[in-house]
Amino acid sequence: MARIDSTIFDLGSLDALAYRRSGIHALDPRTKVVTTALFVLTVVSFDKYTLSALLPFVLFPLALFVRAELPVGQILKKLLLALPFVFFIGIFNPWFDQRPLLEFGPLTITGGWVSFASILLRSVLTVTAALTLIATTSFTGICMALEKLGCPRVFALQLMFLYRYLFVLVEEATRLIRARALRSFHGRGHSLRVFGSLLGQLLLRSLERAQRIHLAMQCRGFDGEIRMRRPLGIHLRDVVFLLGWSGWFAVCRTWNLPQLLGTLFLELFA
Amino acid sequence: MSHHIVEVADLCYAYPDGTAALNGVNFCIHHGESVAIVGANGAGKSTLLLHLNGYLTPMQGRVRIGDYPLTKETLQDARRSVGMVFQDPDDQLFMPTVYDDVAFGPLNLGLPLDEVDLRVEAALSQVGALHLKDRPPYHLSGGEKRAVAIASVLSMSPDILVMDEPTTGLDPRGRRMLIEQLHSFQHTKIIATHDLDLVLDLCERTIVIREGRVTADGPTLDIFRDEAFLAESHLEKPLRLQACPICSRKG
Ligand SMILES: Nc1ncnc2c1ncn2[C@@H]1O[C@H](COP(=O)(O)OP(=O)(O)OP(=O)(O)O)[C@@H](O)[C@H]1O
Ligand SMILES: [Mg+2]
Repeated sequence: MARIDSTIFDLGSLDALAYRRSGIHALDPRTKVVTTALFVLTVVSFDKYTLSALLPFVLFPLALFVRAELPVGQILKKLLLALPFVFFIGIFNPWFDQRPLLEFGPLTITGGWVSFASILLRSVLTVTAALTLIATTSFTGICMALEKLGCPRVFALQLMFLYRYLFVLVEEATRLIRARALRSFHGRGHSLRVFGSLLGQLLLRSLERAQRIHLAMQCRGFDGEIRMRRPLGIHLRDVVFLLGWSGWFAVCRTWNLPQLLGTLFLELFA
Repeated sequence: MSHHIVEVADLCYAYPDGTAALNGVNFCIHHGESVAIVGANGAGKSTLLLHLNGYLTPMQGRVRIGDYPLTKETLQDARRSVGMVFQDPDDQLFMPTVYDDVAFGPLNLGLPLDEVDLRVEAALSQVGALHLKDRPPYHLSGGEKRAVAIASVLSMSPDILVMDEPTTGLDPRGRRMLIEQLHSFQHTKIIATHDLDLVLDLCERTIVIREGRVTADGPTLDIFRDEAFLAESHLEKPLRLQACPICSRKG
C-alpha cells in the first residue's frame, strides 16, 4: 500500500528547505507571515473576471524564489498536487456563465472561461506564496510567528502538534483500515457499525499516544511554553521588506499595470 | 550523596480498571550499576519504569531517587536526573526537527543558548546522529529515531538512564551499535527488555519480575544458568549460553 504521507502530506521536504540560509530565510518569521497574508488578501480581493491586473503579482513569489534559491521543481510538484482541487472548483464556471465577454475575430470568450482562468491564476499565486512561506520559514517558524503576533499560544501549539502528528495519525488510520480489509470478505465487515468502532479505536489510540507524549514532554521539563532556538527580531530589512511589498501590492491593486503599459505603448508607437 | 541511587520499597500499583500490575516490588540500585529488568509479557516491567519518573504514583510503598523520596515537590528534580527512553520513539520525538527535539530539554532547564548548542551537539555525536540535525524526526528510520530519542534524553545530562525495550525494531547492526553506545555511557542504567543477549552484554545484574513481584535479583550469569527458573519465568537461556546443537552433534 502506498504510504499516504509520502505524497500529499509530505510537507516535511518543504520544511527541510527552511533550514537553508539566504536573505529571505534570515527575515523574521512575522514579517513573512504578515506580508504573505497581505499578498493573499489582495489577490483574493479582485473582481472575478480579473486577469491582467493579477499578472504583476507574480513578481512576489518569483522574487522570493530567486532570492531564497529555492528548487523550483520541488515547489512546482507540490503546486501540481493542489491544482486538481482548484480545477474542479472552477471547471463548471464555463457552463454556468455563458455571457460573451471578449471577442477575438471569430473567437468569442465567455465570462465563464475568464473567471475559470482567473480562479486558476489566483490559486497558483496564493498556493505558491503559501508554499514559499513554508519553505523559507518552516511550519514551526510560522506557528511561532502566529503566537508572537497575538494568536493564543494554545492555538499555535495545537497547530504545531497537529502538523507533527498528522503523519503518525494517518499511519495509524491506514493500519486500522488495512487490518479490516484483510479480514472482511464479500463486503462484510464494511458496515457502519464496524466503521464506528474503527473510529473509536483511532480516537482511543490517539488519546493514549497523547498521554505518552505529554509524559515525554514533562520528563524534559515542559511547563506550557515551547522554547526554540530561533533568533527572532525585527530589523531594518524586515521593515523594508514589509513596506516595500505592501506598497507594491497597493499599487497593483489600484492600477491595472499591464493595461497602463499597453496603452502607453500604443500611444508611443501609434 | 548516598550510595543508593534508586530505591524501590514495597511498591504496589493497580491500574484504574483493577489490574494489579505490581504487588510489592523491592530493590535497590547503586551508582554506576547497569541493571536489567526482565520478565514475561505483562509482568509489570513498563509499569515499574513509569514509577521511576513519577508518572504513576505508588498506591503503597515508596520510590527514592538519589537522596530524596519521590514526591510532588521533588518530581522536577527526579525527572531531571532520570532520563527515560520510551519504547516507541514516536512518543518522544515531538518537535519539528531533530535539533529542536534534542534542544527541548536543555532549553526548558533555562540554560544559556551557547550551552544548549554544546549539549545538543555532544548528545547527537554521542549516538552518532549529528548528521541528522536538521531533519524532521518523522522521516527517520527506526534505528535513527531510537538514536535521536536517546540523544534527546542525554542532552539533559541525567544521572540515570531508564529504557523500555530499547532494541525492539532494530536490525542486527543497529542493535549492535546501540549496545556499543550504551556500553560507553557512564550512567547508571536500568533496562527493561526481552533481549537476554543484550542483558548478557550490558548488565552485570538482573532483576526478574513475575506477576508484579521480584522473583530473582542477582548477578546476570547466575540467573541465566538456572534453566528451570528461567522457564518458569517465561524466559529462555540466551543462545550464547546454550550448547551449540550443531557443534555438539558433530562432536
Ligand atoms: N493502561 C492500562 N490499563 C489497565 N491495565 C494495564 C494498563 N497498562 C498495562 N496494564 C496491565 O498491567 C499489567 C502489567 O503491564 P506492563 O505493561 O507493565 O507489562 P510489561 O512487563 O511491560 O509487558 P511487556 O513485556 O509486554 O511490555 C498487564 O497485565 C497489563 O495488562
Ligand atoms: Mg512493556
